[in-house]
Amino acid sequence: MNKTYLPIKLALVAMSISAYQASAQETVRIGTEGAYPPFNYFTADGQLAGFDIDIGKAICADMGVQCEFIAQDWDGIIPALLANKYDVVLASMFITEARKEQVAFTKPYQASAMTFVVDKNSGINDVDPESMDGMIIGAQSSTTQADYLASAYPNAEIRLYPTQDAANLDMASGRIDAMVGDIMPMTDWIATQDGSCCEKAGELITNPKYVGEGVGMALRKEDAELRERINKSLANIISNGTYQKINEQYFSLNLLTLK
Amino acid sequence: MLDVLTRFAPMLADGALITLKITLLSVSMAALLALPLSLMRIQESRFLRWPVQLIISFFRGTPLIAQLFLLYYGSGQFRPFLMEMGLWGFFRDPVNCAILTFTMNSMAYQTEILRGALQSVDKRSVEAGKAMGMPMNLLYRHIVLPLAYRTAFPALGNEVILMLKGGAVASVITVMDLMGQTRRVFSQSFDINVYLVAAAMYLIIAIVFVSIWRLFERYLNRHQSHRVIRRKPITNRTALN
Amino acid sequence: MDNLALLSFGSQGWGDELLKGLCITLLLAFLALPIGLIIGTGVAGLSVSSSRFGRAFATFYTTLLRGLPELLTLFIIYHGLGLLLNQLIKWLNPDIKYVEFSPFAAGIIALALVFSSYAAEVIRGAWQAMDKGQKEAGIALSMNRWLIFWFIERPQIVRLALPGLGNLWINLLKDTALVSVIALDDLMRAANIAVGATKKPFLFYLSVCLVYWLICILCERVLFKMETRLNRGISAGK
Repeated sequence: MNKTYLPIKLALVAMSISAYQASAQETVRIGTEGAYPPFNYFTADGQLAGFDIDIGKAICADMGVQCEFIAQDWDGIIPALLANKYDVVLASMFITEARKEQVAFTKPYQASAMTFVVDKNSGINDVDPESMDGMIIGAQSSTTQADYLASAYPNAEIRLYPTQDAANLDMASGRIDAMVGDIMPMTDWIATQDGSCCEKAGELITNPKYVGEGVGMALRKEDAELRERINKSLANIISNGTYQKINEQYFSLNLLTLK
Repeated sequence: MLDVLTRFAPMLADGALITLKITLLSVSMAALLALPLSLMRIQESRFLRWPVQLIISFFRGTPLIAQLFLLYYGSGQFRPFLMEMGLWGFFRDPVNCAILTFTMNSMAYQTEILRGALQSVDKRSVEAGKAMGMPMNLLYRHIVLPLAYRTAFPALGNEVILMLKGGAVASVITVMDLMGQTRRVFSQSFDINVYLVAAAMYLIIAIVFVSIWRLFERYLNRHQSHRVIRRKPITNRTALN
Repeated sequence: MDNLALLSFGSQGWGDELLKGLCITLLLAFLALPIGLIIGTGVAGLSVSSSRFGRAFATFYTTLLRGLPELLTLFIIYHGLGLLLNQLIKWLNPDIKYVEFSPFAAGIIALALVFSSYAAEVIRGAWQAMDKGQKEAGIALSMNRWLIFWFIERPQIVRLALPGLGNLWINLLKDTALVSVIALDDLMRAANIAVGATKKPFLFYLSVCLVYWLICILCERVLFKMETRLNRGISAGK
């Protein structure tokens, strides 16, 4: 692409947006998964809710724009962003090198770590690759957990689920010996009745090679301007305490420090 | 394209083997079950006919993916009970659940195909057998069933193809069949060519199978090779034919 | 009973979400049906045409789409066509940002394509099963080609193809469940979401199975009535 035309293009794009929304307030479309409690999930009245949703609303309020949330399955969440189904992915996505080839991330809005979960009665204490040899380990597909398992646990049988909920169901029913998930939802899940079967095992997995630099919002690479505005608003809601308030509604741990 | 092939072909080939295994196991077990059921289905007695009709209607009237979810995640909910019965070891494995679901589904369709074929058997052939004083079991073994299976043969072949294609839904319960491997590779690479390679593999499997099935069909009908065979479809659920 | 409460309507139960999903399912099927029928008729026309290329294309089309898993067709349309469309539009006019390619559109296109490939075979079969003497009778009455098609051939094709098309319609209804995999909020996905929230897979999957079953039974009844009606002039003579 010829760079000199870029400002003209941007101007044209901006014009088309402003023409389109001459009467209405600017709308930012946010894609999320809706199957990842407590970060994003559907309530019984069909509404999206959760930590990600509240953070999204707070950022939109700070930016002074309208928010529209769109649910998308995880496997298609980046393709749909690239196909302009929405402008931002706000779905507790780890910032990884592989994903950076496709999309651009905002500053992290959560720190990231993964953990193993095993059945309380399984007697599994060590989760290093040797002791997990031949075991069945579950994870959600297209996630960093799935990549981690594929490269660090070549001798385990790896099952990949379309949603974390589906993996949780099979963990509770004992179909899999262990699973790997993000620290927060796993902590949350084992505290529920459904997850009472299970407990965390091993050390937290914080190797940046797998968990990246944290959890960010993903945008199309060319939407640099929107990305900067989101980064600014994110910094605002962290400094004015809004972030902390939302954090406390869902978790006892601080998501930025994991403490 | 070539690059995609060399990188992903081994994984997709692994998946294709699982797809073949699941399809062949399901349709052959279904074939074993379909015979007695179709014989029950053509009886005069309502008590024999109705349960079979109900089962067939359910499996033909609901989506395969819904049946699979019901059996897979539904059985997970009844784990304590299944453990007590000693069945959990079976239900624990997603491949087993897929094979069980597909067997029941294919059983329903094959029973209907066989019912049609049994009812289309020329009454005069049966009467000829009776006139020779053949007992019931001989009559079925030597006259009714060979005629019925020959009539049903093309439709049964279609059913295998439909199971091969329908079986792709097993990928949603973590089975790493051809579809499952394809989706995994796509989710890592976002390379649309992966789907095209998978499509080619499915087509090749289907075409090879159809060719083999046609050879068998010609073998079964070899006594009629001097005649022009016009066969009527037994069922309207058609695939490659 | 709490199971009933879970299926109830309102903010606590999932009944209203399932009903919404059912509407999407039916909408998908009813939109894919006419599109599939039109394409199917066109392909059937090609397959009985005198053009060699037309016949070859029809064979290729039906073999390809009937040989691929419906799920794979859906993924290819959803991920592939969306990407292609955007590249094409970008190439035509770089100033247009992107075009939306929704799972709903992908679902309808994929379902219609699959339906059309099977329908083409059914319609072709009906065409070929028709008594050629009928057409000759039309020619003897000096009717032109279009009159013959509309008054003689079309009604007979409809009658002969209806049982086959009826079965395809039932298959189409069931195939809509596959769109749940690309996050279209149909009946099946509504059940998936409800299961994720309530951890009651047996209850919800059994319920949606029963809903699909009921719809299929209803459709079979209606189709049976339609067939009887279309055959009213035929069976009496025998």
